[in-house]
Amino acid sequence: MSTPVLEIVDLRKSFDQNLVLHDVNLVVPEHTATVLIGASGSGKSTLLRCINLLEPIDDGLILLDGQEISDPAIDVDLIRRKLGIVFQSFNLFPHMTIRENITLAPIKVQRKSRDEANELADELLKRFDLLEKADEYPDRLSGGQQQRAAIIRSIAVNPRLLLLDEVTSALDPVLVNEVLSIVRDLKSDGMTMVLATHEMGFATQVADQVCFLESGLILERGTPEEVLRSPSHPKTKEFLKRVHEAGRL
Amino acid sequence: MSNTTPWSPSAREREREIYRKNLQARKRVIALISTVLVLGTFSAILLTSPGWDSVKATFFDLDYGKEVFPTVIRGLVVNIQLTLIGGVAIGIIALALALLKTTKSPALTPFRFIATAYIDIFRGAPLILIILLVGFGVPALRIQGLTNNVIVLGTIAVVLTYSAYVAEVIRSGILSVHQSQRAAARSLGLTSRQTMRYVVLPQAIRRVIPPLLNDFVSLLKDTGLVSILGVTDAVRAAQINASRTFNYTPYVVAAILFLLITIPLTRFIDRQIRLGSEKQNSEGLA
Repeated sequence: MSTPVLEIVDLRKSFDQNLVLHDVNLVVPEHTATVLIGASGSGKSTLLRCINLLEPIDDGLILLDGQEISDPAIDVDLIRRKLGIVFQSFNLFPHMTIRENITLAPIKVQRKSRDEANELADELLKRFDLLEKADEYPDRLSGGQQQRAAIIRSIAVNPRLLLLDEVTSALDPVLVNEVLSIVRDLKSDGMTMVLATHEMGFATQVADQVCFLESGLILERGTPEEVLRSPSHPKTKEFLKRVHEAGRL
Repeated sequence: MSNTTPWSPSAREREREIYRKNLQARKRVIALISTVLVLGTFSAILLTSPGWDSVKATFFDLDYGKEVFPTVIRGLVVNIQLTLIGGVAIGIIALALALLKTTKSPALTPFRFIATAYIDIFRGAPLILIILLVGFGVPALRIQGLTNNVIVLGTIAVVLTYSAYVAEVIRSGILSVHQSQRAAARSLGLTSRQTMRYVVLPQAIRRVIPPLLNDFVSLLKDTGLVSILGVTDAVRAAQINASRTFNYTPYVVAAILFLLITIPLTRFIDRQIRLGSEKQNSEGLA
């Protein structure tokens, strides 16, 4: 088997006395989607932030295409160019138009010309049906449109790995689908991704691998069929039952 | 919209309209009566006060005011020049101070300490003392090549003090930009310097434009303080005239001239801020 895009070995992370992740092992092969599920505070977001080097880890290894990126001597800016992350709260830059948001990194980081970057941005905006909003500022867009723009911004730099942190949690239910359909498109394009979500139905559709996190530990993992339809761990069963009761399955 | 289907208000709506108009008319009458009463009372107190005639003669002498007007205006030009030149210098120094104070770069550690000390000293000491210390202290050093020009020394003193004020305003703007904006920028691969330049600073500056412009107006007024060094600005020009004739009308002329600049300026500023926030009414703006 070829080198996985992402490999995590015995990762440990704490905030002060609070242990938020431990014994996390994960392999994400190319062109696959790994879905992290679990209650709020189970460590999903922290895991994504660790992978993106936004949080330093206490112990363990993170390998990107076989290269250790958890090495403190590594140039984090260089690594982050290969990773895209989309946040729950979009985090678009409010003082820039949508097109400027998307072209910032291609121009400043990848040193593309403005024309080239604009062309790329417009192509992506057109593909994801957002071209008419290119010159608007983020606050003039709906939540769903903002999140789509944020996803486009993160894929415009051609990341090796896309991290999606509960990208639909801040949206009202009607807008969730337009965002999820982008993720589905990216998946069928062959984008490798790790996503934290509460949308179990969606997880079933896109995931190649589902990991259930509980108190900073991956308690159960497998195909969506295994984990979501016939979970073996009692904690997973309990979590899915609560999700089901909340009407999200 | 309205020309697609002809619409005439219902009887109920017409009644409401009449009621609203009456209410408006009543509000206007009340406002008018209140204004006349209050202003009338104040003017009555002023005009019937025992010393009004002498105050009128010494502070509001129209002919004398016209006579001193050109000299005060010439002085005001000095204030304006000082404000504009000082304003540019203040902007540059304050931005550098704010960036130094917020930097985490280890190589800049000594500069961070210097910036902190600088801001502590010049923000804490009264401007008039700084003007006196610079204005009389620097020439006393008798260093070759250092200027004795009071206008230059006065400007330096004002710039020293205002840079500290403005640096703190800019720094508060930088700190007010949410951490998630930095995270988003860094995760796109921007370096910390690029993040500051393209993501944090533009939002920070926009947010602090109102306090910055207030500082600009204060700066214009405070340039009047350099008159204590003997700079013939508007305040000093008024003072010279007033002490010659014991008529204080020049002070009133100077005050009115300052107001003629500061009031339209603040109105303009408010308008710009409002227009800016309409164009881009985002979380990035207050």
